This record gives sequence, C-alpha cells and structure tokens, in this order.
Amino acid sequence: MAAGPVALSRGLPGRAAAWAVIAFLVLPLAAVLTAAGGSGRIAAADWAAIRFTVVQASLSALFSTALAIPVARALSRRRFPGRGIYIALMGAPFILPVIVAVLGLIAVLGRGGWVNGLLGQMGIPPVSVYGLHGVVLGNVFFNLPLATRLILQGWGRIPAERFRLAAQLDARPRDVFRLLEAPMLARVVPGVLAVIFAICLSSFAIALTLGGGPKATSVELAIFQSFTFEFDLGRAAMLAIVQFLLVAAAGLAALRLTPRAISGAGFDRPVARWDTGGAGMRLADAGWMLVAALFLLGPMAAIVSRGIGGLARMPVAVWQAAATSVVIALLATGLTLLLTLALASARRNWVEVAGLAPLAASPLVLGTGLFVLINPWDRPGDWAFVVTLVVNAVMALPYALRVVGPAVSEAEASYGRLADSLGLTGLARLRWLILPRCRGTIGFAGGIAAALSMGDLGVIALFADPERATLPLMVWRLMGAYQMEAAAGAALLLLSLSFALFALFDFGGRWRAET
Amino acid sequence: MLRLEGLTLVQGDFRLRADWTVPAGTRVALIGPSGAGKSTLLNGIAGFLAPQSGRVTWDGRDIGGLAPGRRPIAMLFQDGNLFPHLSVARNVGLGIRPDLRLSAQQKAQVAEAIRRVGLEGMDARRPAELSGGQQSRAALARVLVQRRPLLLLDEPFAALGPALRAEMLSLVDGLCRETGATLLMVSHAPEDARRIADSVVLVDEGIAEAPVATAEAFDDPSDRMRRYLG
Amino acid sequence: MRHLALATGFMFATQAVAQTPVLTIYTYDSFNTEWGPGPVVEKAFEETCGCDLQFVAAGDGAALLSRLRLEGARSEADIVLGLDTSLIAKAAESGLFAPHGVSVDMDLPVAWEDPLFLPFDWGWFAFVGNVDGPMPANFEELGAGNASVVIQDPRSSTPGLGLLMWVKAAYGDRAPEIWQALADNIVTVTPGWSEAYGMFLEGEADLVLSYTTSPAYHLIAEGDSSKQALAFDEGHYLQVEVAGKLASTDQPELADAFLQFMMTDAFQAAIPTTNWMYPAVTPAGGLPDGYDYMIRPKTSLLLPADEAEAMRGPALDEWRQALSR
Repeated sequence: MAAGPVALSRGLPGRAAAWAVIAFLVLPLAAVLTAAGGSGRIAAADWAAIRFTVVQASLSALFSTALAIPVARALSRRRFPGRGIYIALMGAPFILPVIVAVLGLIAVLGRGGWVNGLLGQMGIPPVSVYGLHGVVLGNVFFNLPLATRLILQGWGRIPAERFRLAAQLDARPRDVFRLLEAPMLARVVPGVLAVIFAICLSSFAIALTLGGGPKATSVELAIFQSFTFEFDLGRAAMLAIVQFLLVAAAGLAALRLTPRAISGAGFDRPVARWDTGGAGMRLADAGWMLVAALFLLGPMAAIVSRGIGGLARMPVAVWQAAATSVVIALLATGLTLLLTLALASARRNWVEVAGLAPLAASPLVLGTGLFVLINPWDRPGDWAFVVTLVVNAVMALPYALRVVGPAVSEAEASYGRLADSLGLTGLARLRWLILPRCRGTIGFAGGIAAALSMGDLGVIALFADPERATLPLMVWRLMGAYQMEAAAGAALLLLSLSFALFALFDFGGRWRAET
Repeated sequence: MLRLEGLTLVQGDFRLRADWTVPAGTRVALIGPSGAGKSTLLNGIAGFLAPQSGRVTWDGRDIGGLAPGRRPIAMLFQDGNLFPHLSVARNVGLGIRPDLRLSAQQKAQVAEAIRRVGLEGMDARRPAELSGGQQSRAALARVLVQRRPLLLLDEPFAALGPALRAEMLSLVDGLCRETGATLLMVSHAPEDARRIADSVVLVDEGIAEAPVATAEAFDDPSDRMRRYLG
Repeated sequence: MRHLALATGFMFATQAVAQTPVLTIYTYDSFNTEWGPGPVVEKAFEETCGCDLQFVAAGDGAALLSRLRLEGARSEADIVLGLDTSLIAKAAESGLFAPHGVSVDMDLPVAWEDPLFLPFDWGWFAFVGNVDGPMPANFEELGAGNASVVIQDPRSSTPGLGLLMWVKAAYGDRAPEIWQALADNIVTVTPGWSEAYGMFLEGEADLVLSYTTSPAYHLIAEGDSSKQALAFDEGHYLQVEVAGKLASTDQPELADAFLQFMMTDAFQAAIPTTNWMYPAVTPAGGLPDGYDYMIRPKTSLLLPADEAEAMRGPALDEWRQALSR
C-alpha cells in the first residue's frame, strides 16, 4: 500500500510500545555495564561456546522447520475427528519448563528410556541421546510445535478461492505445492527459522543436559558462570551483547529474505481442499502426523505417568505457588497482547524488529540489570511480582508478535484501504477490523504467552520473594530437596495448568471463527 | 466543486497529470485503456496516494492533508468493499460511525438504507451469504448513509452481468440526483458512461484530460478519444 | 468498610513489625522450604530472641554471593547462611563480612579457623549408586571400568566445582589424565545437582555425583535401602557450608545471637534429616538412625580457600580440554 498522508499519523501507540520495549531491554544492560565499571573481556573458551551455540541453534532451527513443513501440510489438508485437540496437544511441549521437559524426554529417549527398552527387546544396542544430536533433538522437541503452528497458519492464510482455482485447473498436489504452497512457505519459513534460531541461541539447560559434556557449552551458560562463580559482570554483559547481535543478525536476515506480504482478500469461506490425492498420500500424511505425535506426546505421557503418584505428596505450598503463577500468567498475557497489538498495528519494520528483540535478551542479564536499577531505590524483593510479570510479558512478546503480526498485515493488506476510506482509526479499527480478523491468532498468541509465563523460571531467583514462589521455582526447590516424587507431581500440575491456560485462550480465539 | 490543481501522481515509473475542475453535482465517467491510471487518479483524490505535486481541493478547501476517511468522499473499490466478518447491518452502519455506537435513529437510518437497496431482511447476513449483486447493493447502502458529497466508483460493478450492472448504475444515478452528490466513476463501457454521466474524462498516455460533455465526447470525439474508442 | 478493615490490619501489621526487630537471613532455596531446616530453625530462634527472623531464599550458594555483591552495603541481609567452601575466598575478598567471633568445638573432619565464616553443616562428596550396581574403589577404577556416571558442571554448580577440586586435590598434576579416562564414563554434565540426581533416579546412569549422606535420605525418609555411596580410597572432598555476618548489619547483636544459636542443638539437631548433611556440632542426641549405615571416608580432602580459588581457573581449563576431546 502506498504511503498516503494518513499513514504518518497512525502507529503512535506502536512506536511508543517499541521504545518502551527497547528501553526495558537496554537500560538493564547499561546498568550491568555501569555496575561492572566497563565492559569485560571475552575469554577464548567463550568463543568456543559462541561457535557451539550458533551451530546447535542453526541445526535445531533447520530440523524443526524441515520437520514442521510436512506435518503442517498434512494437517492443513486433512480433516479428521479430534483434529483440534491434536493441534492443541501438539503445542504442549513448547510450554513446558525446560527441566521438566528434559526429564520427560529422557524417560522416552534416554539410556533407560522406553525407546531403548524396545530396541533392547529386539536385540538392538541402545542409542545414546547425549551429544550434539541430543541437543538438536531436545530443541526440535521444544520448537517443532511452534514451527508447525506458525507454518500451519501460513496455510490458513492462503485464500480458499486460490485452492478452488487450482482445483479448477486440475492441479495435482505437486502443482498446488508449486503454485500456492511454495510461495507461501517462502514468505513464512525465513521468519520461523529466525525465531527458532533465536530461541535455541539462549537455551542453556537443554544444551548442557543433553550435550554430554563441556563441548556443548552455550553462551547463556557462560553468562551464568560469569555472574555466579566469577562475578565478572563486564564479561557477562559482553556475552549478552554478542548473543544480542547474533539474534539481531538472524532477525534482519529473515526480514530481508521474507518477500512482502501479498494481499489475499477472500470471503472467509471454509477452506475446502481438492488436492488431497490418493491413498498413498493419505498414508504419508497420516505417517507424518503419527511420527510427530509420538515424538511430542511420548515425553508428555512420561511426565504424566510419573506425576500422578506425586500429586498426593505435594505440600500445600505448591498450590499457593500455582495460584501465584496463574495470576502472574493472566496479567502478563494481558500485557503481552496489548504490546503485540500496538506493535503489529504500527506496521513498520523497525517496530517489528524491536518486538522481536526480547528473544535475544539474556534473562540473567535482564534480571540482574533490573535488580541493579531497583536496588538504590527500594527492596528488589518487594518488586518480585511486578518484575516477574513484566519480564514474562516482554519475553513472550516475540512469539505473540510472530503469530499476530502476519495476520494483522494480512487484514490491513486486504481491508486497510476500505477501513481508511471509512475513517476507521484507533480503537474503532481495532474493534471492527483487527480483532475480528485476527481473533484466532490473538487467541493462540495469548495461549503461548500465558503458558510461557507459567513455565518461566526467568529472573525470579534473584528477586526471590519468600512468600510468593512461582510454580516452576517450587518444582525446582522440591527437586533440590530430594522430593523427586512431589516435584514430579508439581510438574504435572504445572503442565496441566499451562496447558489449560493455553487451551482456554487458543480455543477461545477459534470459537465460532473460521480461520 | 472538485478541483485538481496541477496534480501529478507518481507510482513507480508511472506518472499521471490532471489539471481541471468538476462542478458540484456533475457525474463524470473516467474512461481509457487499462493501465492508463484511472484507478490511480481515484486513489490520489481519495487520499490513498500522496501527490508528488499539485493540490486537490473541494469547495475551495485543500483536502490533501486529510486522512481518506476524513475527506468528503465515499469510495467503492473493485472488490473488498465489505468486511467479511461483519453483518450487512454493521457494514452499512460503519458508514455512519466507524465505532458503530449507533443511536436508535441511526439504526433506523441503516435499516432504511438496506431497505432502499432491496436487501430488506438480510441485515444479519454476512457478505459470504450474499450473491454478487446483493454485495454491491449492501455497499451502496453504506454509501447512502455516508452522505458524502463526492462519490468515487472504481468499477465496483465490473463483475456483474449487464442487466445487474445497469440496475446498480441506476441506483447510483438515483442516489446522486437525490443527494446532489458529485460522481467520479471508472468505466470501460461507453454505454455505461452514456447512461448516467454528464461528462467524460479520458485518461491516457499519462494525462487525465479535462472533462468533456458526454454527448460531445462520443459523437464528436477528439483524435485521442477516437483512438481509444477504435 | 472492607477498605477500613484492610487499612487497620495493615497498620497493626506494620506496628507489630516496628515493635520487634527483624533479623534478615539470606539463604539458598532448598534451605527455606517446609521440608528444609528453615521452618524449624525460625521457630526455635524466635522463641528465644524476641525478634522476627526472616529467611530470604535467593537461588543457590553462588547466586547468594552474587546478590550480596550487587546489593553491596545497601543489603538488608544481616546474615548469609549457605555459602560453601568453594565460595569463601571470593566472599572474603568482597569485604562485605564481619568476624563471627564464635569459638565452639566443632565435629568437622578438618580443623576450622576462619574468622569470617562459621560452618553449620558439612558433607563428603561421593558417587552414589544402587547397591547391586558397579562399585569402583577410586577414580582410576571408575575411569577404567564401564560404570556410567552423571556429573554436574563446575561452572554452574557447587557439587560440580567440588568434584573438580576433589580430583585436583587427590591427583594434582595427574588430574587431566584422570578426566580423560572418565570421559567415556560420563553420560552427561548437568547444570545443577537436581537434574543430575533426577536423571540418576530415572536410571540414566549407574552413578551420580552427590554426597555420602544421600542414601540416608532414601533410607530414613523413604525406607529405601537400595542406594549406596561409594567409598573412594584416595579420600573424599569435603563440602563445608558456612554462615557469615554482614559488616553492614543493622542488628549486630541479634546476628551474633543467631550465630551462637546456630551451633546449639536446637539448630544442629534439625540438620541431618532436613538438609541431609552432617551437623557441624553433633547434637546431644547423636545422629539419627540410618546415619550409622553411611560410609565414613578415612581421608578427608579440602584445599585451603585461597588455594582453591587460585586453582579454579586452570583446573577448569584442564577439565574442559580433557572432556572436549
């Protein structure tokens, strides 16, 4: 759309939100640097960590996305009972706290896991999950659901009319792929790759636990080490900056690689597909979906089966923590969605990049910076609730923006001119154009934000509030005190609550909507 | 009175100039080969494309700084004139208040407009549940309630059959007569222009020529017009 | 009306706080949980001190020290409880601590004369496994054999750092060789103790780096005698957990009183079955049943704090290189 005079006056909330997010990320970093009295030196071993981090993040992004494409394609052209539930369940790993997920993954794929048990019965030697491939496997486990959902949404945005046209032209599945699906993938995939790359960049526990040794050292671990054992704030800040630059580079590359959104105005007819092929293709699609389900749901099943016994052994404090986590998650989600809509509506590249920036932020540096900023004025412990809430909201922003942004662009591309001609601005535009056209994605984004907030350990350790622990912190404390069964119970509670919140938002967004 | 003062519109390599006046209440047809810039001209007037130079004035007031929705203009596009997620009544209601906080009287106004375009009883339907002709009617009902003095039509009825298109045009004609609105419509069919336009603007070779009375334009065409009509 | 009630309640609460002095103690997460020593200690001390004892849990021992250094003199902490031997040198160097001034006879395997930091419990690091599992008698046997083991990362966890020092203290310059031999036994290196122990319980490895007293938890709390700690003949490295008084405390008398209290039975008797470590002063009632079944290494290893601090960097490099091959 051409930049008319009108475009200049819009997007003020978006720009304000973008500046707020940038300040929220940069000020703590500056505070850490100031506290350190200058920048620190990056050690030789840190470069090895940076190299490993980039390699594992690239591979993880590649495999997650490559696997997500056939799964999303199968989902997009198959209708079967329970499809909605399947899609929702598939999203679950993404919202698990890392430590819980890793233990679930190990229960299935580990040396004593179910898979090796099965292999052993068939007389096949055990397969080790530890090493670079384990790190990638762990990251794929976490990120396949997100990749699948993001790509599936791309499919959802191909107007039904196009598929009808393709069917009319007697296009075979291969042709449909070339004509409709490949161009859509070219638009969607770079962004998905960049997001997953960024997520994997800051993963720390997965890399270490499944990495099998010090070769698998991530930048985030180096940051952690600088903070705790070395108390070398300058080095920690430098590493945080390196991590930031890596994500920024990936983000900009993705932005460059993404063709501009094309208009896809249609009449919201339910998408009927004619390119569903024969029995062979049906079998292949079923196969992909089954593999994804087994891979993703196996560890979930392990977590559930281990947790059930522990539910009865959980102390009361776990329930209090659960309540705290739910309240924080709901408030954080509200904040995330407000920021997301403001940023998405601004429709400027730099605003969008600002919205993705939290992906690159090191939670440790962020938490420490906030601590340093608050400490001269007030007891940081008193701010635990607010800080946790805001940090969770900002950390979830990139995901929400990744999900909602394209939908808003699409709505604007298709109906922006009509809305402009009718003078739909500000809240009226939000109420009558953006919300109704994007409610499915907003619901999904809200679900992700709520679940991420539930599962986040984040900065809370530094801001620990003895009265109000969050549920993940409680799981952690239980494990640290040999209470493995109670911890498994609390982990199951966490999984259930995260999933319930996720499903609440996700189904809420899709309820009586055709998207 | 609509006035285009030395207006130059640029879109990529394409340039279009226009410098003329349309008296209030006139119905003007924009004709010319495809790709000549008819839609570009309407977009420039409506505020979707900022002019490189020149001004657009309405009744002596420069409207160049106004957002599209603030201009004294109602516009129908080739397609996408209705929000698919809103009912007919809401789509029409947006023409009165973008925030849809309608008083009882305004709601009655909406119902009346829907009745007048012949969609009585279809208030609650979504666009996907309407035929092409009905969708056009719904969009016209909105134009009706918008009560803007300048109406721009960018071939909204191109997809309709001849009979239906004629019907829509006579609806538009009646609407303009009733409200005294000025009409600028893109047209490919000379017979459409003859039916309702007072004058004709030829858009070709980067220039939108000054309006010429319809009869004169077709009965005694200029060289350029002759080439276009073939 | 409700607002009024709330306001009144708030005022009472603040008055109550204003009347009793508050002693703020920073400690690690698992200390102040309902199954940890925190609640017992708080109740017992508040009965005698006429004060309000507030525990603030802040991550693990290393995070505690970082937090203190970030807060500097503004810290609200009067006492820090839960630093371990590997952090003492850094903590002393920070200049944030005042001498504890307590002299008590302690039941530690080594002599303790640190003026700033007072031990409250201790334990030996050890590899823990199942009774029917492999039982190497030292690091060399472990490295030569097939037993699989999960360890913690010395860059992010105190047990991991303890293991690094253990190998260094036992083998000195031969440490890289030991690590290289261990490389193919190590299943993986986890960020913290919880992951490692959890993985061991899941059956991911035959052995896990933990404490000689870990089997006591399973025995006493769960009635499960299937876990054992392996006695290594080169000796076991010690972890001593200490408390220190902040120089900036606004409650110096209360802080001193707490440090005195810390060495009494009321505190010490709670340690074996809540923190699952040995008390620094054995209480009058002795150790609980079950502790008699624990191995008691004959040789205790512990590098002096400053020596350990100086050795940490080079030892880390050796470790990384040996395991990265």
